[in-house]
Amino acid sequence: MLTKRIIPCLDIKDGRTVKGVNFVSLRDAGDPVELAEAYSNSGADELVFLDITATEQKRKTLAELVRKVAATVNIPFTVGGGISSIEDVDILLQNGADKVAINSAAVKNPQLINDLAAKFGKQCIVVAIDAKQVEGKWLVHLVGGKVPTEIDLFDWVKEVEERGAGEILFTSMDHDGTKAGFANEALAKISEMVNIPIIASGGAGSKEHFCDAFIKGKADAALAASVFHFKEIEIKDLKQEMKEKGIEVRI
Amino acid sequence: MSIEKRKVSEKVVIINYGAGNIQSIKFALERLGYEGVLSHDAEEIKSADKVIFPGVGEASSAMKKLKSTGLDKLIPLLKQPVLGICLGMQLMCNRSEEGDTDGLGIFDVDVIHFEKTLKVPHIGWNRIKELKTPLFEGVAEQKFVYLVHSFYAPVCAETIAKCDYGVNYSSALNKDNFYGVQFHPEKSSSAGEKILENFLKLDLRS
Repeated sequence: MLTKRIIPCLDIKDGRTVKGVNFVSLRDAGDPVELAEAYSNSGADELVFLDITATEQKRKTLAELVRKVAATVNIPFTVGGGISSIEDVDILLQNGADKVAINSAAVKNPQLINDLAAKFGKQCIVVAIDAKQVEGKWLVHLVGGKVPTEIDLFDWVKEVEERGAGEILFTSMDHDGTKAGFANEALAKISEMVNIPIIASGGAGSKEHFCDAFIKGKADAALAASVFHFKEIEIKDLKQEMKEKGIEVRI
Repeated sequence: MSIEKRKVSEKVVIINYGAGNIQSIKFALERLGYEGVLSHDAEEIKSADKVIFPGVGEASSAMKKLKSTGLDKLIPLLKQPVLGICLGMQLMCNRSEEGDTDGLGIFDVDVIHFEKTLKVPHIGWNRIKELKTPLFEGVAEQKFVYLVHSFYAPVCAETIAKCDYGVNYSSALNKDNFYGVQFHPEKSSSAGEKILENFLKLDLRS
């Protein structure tokens, strides 16, 4: 049986790990390469690096970081943040990233998903979607959740699958930073709509929350940052609890 | 001391034909103390002690790249241990349903798509079992490995490891000096590194 995955997310700014609470205030949580290795050793199934200040100048820095991570860790990792072209993806994959996550660029130019899937294979294309509820309707948001769009979350989920996304990383902006649990209802709906893996993100505060995301939210993987960075939850303990609840897990 | 020296003198070529994340394989070899040479040069590949045939992406376009460099003719004739990884393994089979692609015909099996009822790609960590050959020496049954794929080789006479995703399928194949693994040993934590190391030591056992 395929296991459910636990994925620490490292938000990167200027080559350092940071985590925003609701994406606004930033706290330093260490050196990314060191942290990546520690997570790999502690039982993380995968890692995600999001360069939250991705600009033209960041490209080289990020490629160098990807190379250092790939040389060090022996588990897969995804890189995202400001990726908007085939060239961006090519550089990251060539430096050793296993997958890339695209977000705003896919909303602005949906054809990018088709192009990337055709060139690199859908298995390495993760489409990240930030959404929050506006007047009871789940709407896709851009620029780290700051800019709302008119796009319905569930329509977009369906479209990115059809265009060739290999996985969907769904972040609920309503839940992110709250530590009150994942958006399980929306997650379950997404998971049943599509036939590609769903990574849950936003709201992890306890081990129970992760279990809920897998059982109620039907997620294939769950991602979190600060609860891991500040050792509020140890991955080993989390996986033990998942196992006790009958969730298939790699220990 | 002598082991270290032996590692350095071992020539490992990673076939570089523009398909996939070969940097990760090179890094994994470095962590094990080996230097991997990336090459698509026939003489370089033929002179290697070990050959790694990677591959990520779509079967027909990867096969086209192999053909354009003549590597499709070279690989089946290699005499040293060859390890196909992921799409590399699939291309070593007779054919693939993906893009209706004729493979290298090393393994006598056809690669097909997973059932539509399953989530595809099969991404993540799954167990390998019924492990055979020295490739898996010291690797426990039911160990977890990391996989990313939408197509698979059914169980056949050349199966040396199985994995269960809706169906029991070939997680590894072997014929003579040719080995193929569906999973990514370079991304499969310590179990993956053990399997890679076993491959790198294959001919030192005789």
